[in-house]
Amino acid sequence: MDLIWDGISKAFWLLVTGDPEVLRVTLLSIQVSGTATLVSLLIGVPLGTALALSRFPGRQIVISLVNTGMGMPPVVAGLFITILLWRNGPLGLFHMLFTPTAMVIAQTVIAAPMVCGITLAAIGSLNPKLRLQILALGATRWQMLWLLMREARLPLLAAVMAGFGAVISEVGASTMVGGNILGQTRVLTTATVMESSKGNFDVAIALSLILMLLMYLVNLVLTYAQQRQRPL
Amino acid sequence: MKRIILAFLCTLALAVAGCGSAAPAPTATPPTTAPAAATKAPAAATTTAPTVAPAVAPTAAPAPTKAVAPAKPPANPDLILATTTSTQDSGLLDVLIPLFEKQTGYKVKPIAVGSGQAMTMGQKGEADVMLVHAPDSEKQFIADGWGVNRLLVAHNDFIFVGPPDDPAKIRGTKSADETVKKLAAAQALFVSRGDNSGTDQLEKKLWKTASIDPKGQSWYQETGQGMGATLNVAAEKKGYTISDRATYLAQKSKLGMDILVEGDTALLNIYHVIQVNPAKFPKVNAEGAKAFSDFMVSKDTQDVIGKFGLDKYGQALFFPDAGKPEF
Repeated sequence: MDLIWDGISKAFWLLVTGDPEVLRVTLLSIQVSGTATLVSLLIGVPLGTALALSRFPGRQIVISLVNTGMGMPPVVAGLFITILLWRNGPLGLFHMLFTPTAMVIAQTVIAAPMVCGITLAAIGSLNPKLRLQILALGATRWQMLWLLMREARLPLLAAVMAGFGAVISEVGASTMVGGNILGQTRVLTTATVMESSKGNFDVAIALSLILMLLMYLVNLVLTYAQQRQRPL
Repeated sequence: MKRIILAFLCTLALAVAGCGSAAPAPTATPPTTAPAAATKAPAAATTTAPTVAPAVAPTAAPAPTKAVAPAKPPANPDLILATTTSTQDSGLLDVLIPLFEKQTGYKVKPIAVGSGQAMTMGQKGEADVMLVHAPDSEKQFIADGWGVNRLLVAHNDFIFVGPPDDPAKIRGTKSADETVKKLAAAQALFVSRGDNSGTDQLEKKLWKTASIDPKGQSWYQETGQGMGATLNVAAEKKGYTISDRATYLAQKSKLGMDILVEGDTALLNIYHVIQVNPAKFPKVNAEGAKAFSDFMVSKDTQDVIGKFGLDKYGQALFFPDAGKPEF
């Protein structure tokens, strides 16, 4: 129990004194996971909306692939991306292995199917007559899409939170493609694992508390955006 | 009003994400997250390290007594160093890497995995230089032509650690061979790393030399993890394990385990630096690998290695050996 107290007081101390290493690690976590969530939104939302509203042969198969992607183990994604990015691998010429860019790619691969699948479910659960009504009132295609997304904003924001939550807490793929290099690719999760394997449990607990605080703050903002009642 | 605030927050978040990816990564500075007791040690080690006299000789000169300092930044600054978890867990890398980067301008990516994985990375040409401690595998590595220029860097030793009450009665045993036999006879709980690291390979060799096959036995448990994690598992379960002295000392206060057997020459832990063969893999950073190799055996670095841990533990964690005959 006192180990947990040690961890809490250490977390407080590290934050208050502005320990540069902790700040750097936290900032990198936000940057990498934030960028990955943003990219997966840019990929996942349009794709999910398109899948929800269109009908084409093989649609069921594509949707089942997206749903499988939602549950894909992150470490599998990490392994395959490492193999692709190896120097002697197919994408080795980009020299991206062990850089934050590789981590963003791995995390996007993990989050994009999740965002796509939830968007798909969100748009697909809207009353189909709503779409026809919007079009009947003279909306252009883009206006119609925008209105549908606003209508489904509760599950869409849930998709953002799910995507962000998945990537900020991810450790296996980030370690493999990033290498947990001090000052370059060390993020909160990989640092926590390293500190606990070194036996520095107070530092590990401190880092995990900071991570949870970060997640809470981000989700607080997103929940606020999701739940507010806007006048119609 | 609320919309404006929300829009502002989103833009801020995007700006942070965007700026972060674009900004160049800061050069590594000695970390300060090390536990409170240790925060002084790495800082002290770097400040007491002798200042490097700028070398007049060109970078090609491999003189081991001079520190290598290039006149201009290197053409290919990225250097992938595949190394063991013990060099990371003991904190040695955190001292040496910044020194090397400052002296030479290379940007090192130390990938701390076990020696087994480090050498596999070398075999694939995915690393430029390796700092490992698995002599038998290393000799095979060189013989197969994957690596060149294997240089002795330093050594320390492995120790058997276990519960203070020592149910298997191994305390004070002189030979490692006898120790493993006693452990097997007592069926004492033994926790192994099981991850093909240098430590793991030495441990497996000890069992093999004693003609014991512990695999699959209920008292022999493999964690598949690094030394720190394995020590913790052994401490929790009140079992025995074999550890390098440096990692044990770094964690001693939290473990509650005693050093039971030490000193046998079979327990020597020898570190070498090996360059991955550029003839086999044209993509490796051969100049960088050579620079790192020269750095590790240079007199100044050897002094730093020899003093590492003195102020924190009262004893040196590594014994510098560059230039000496092989063990």
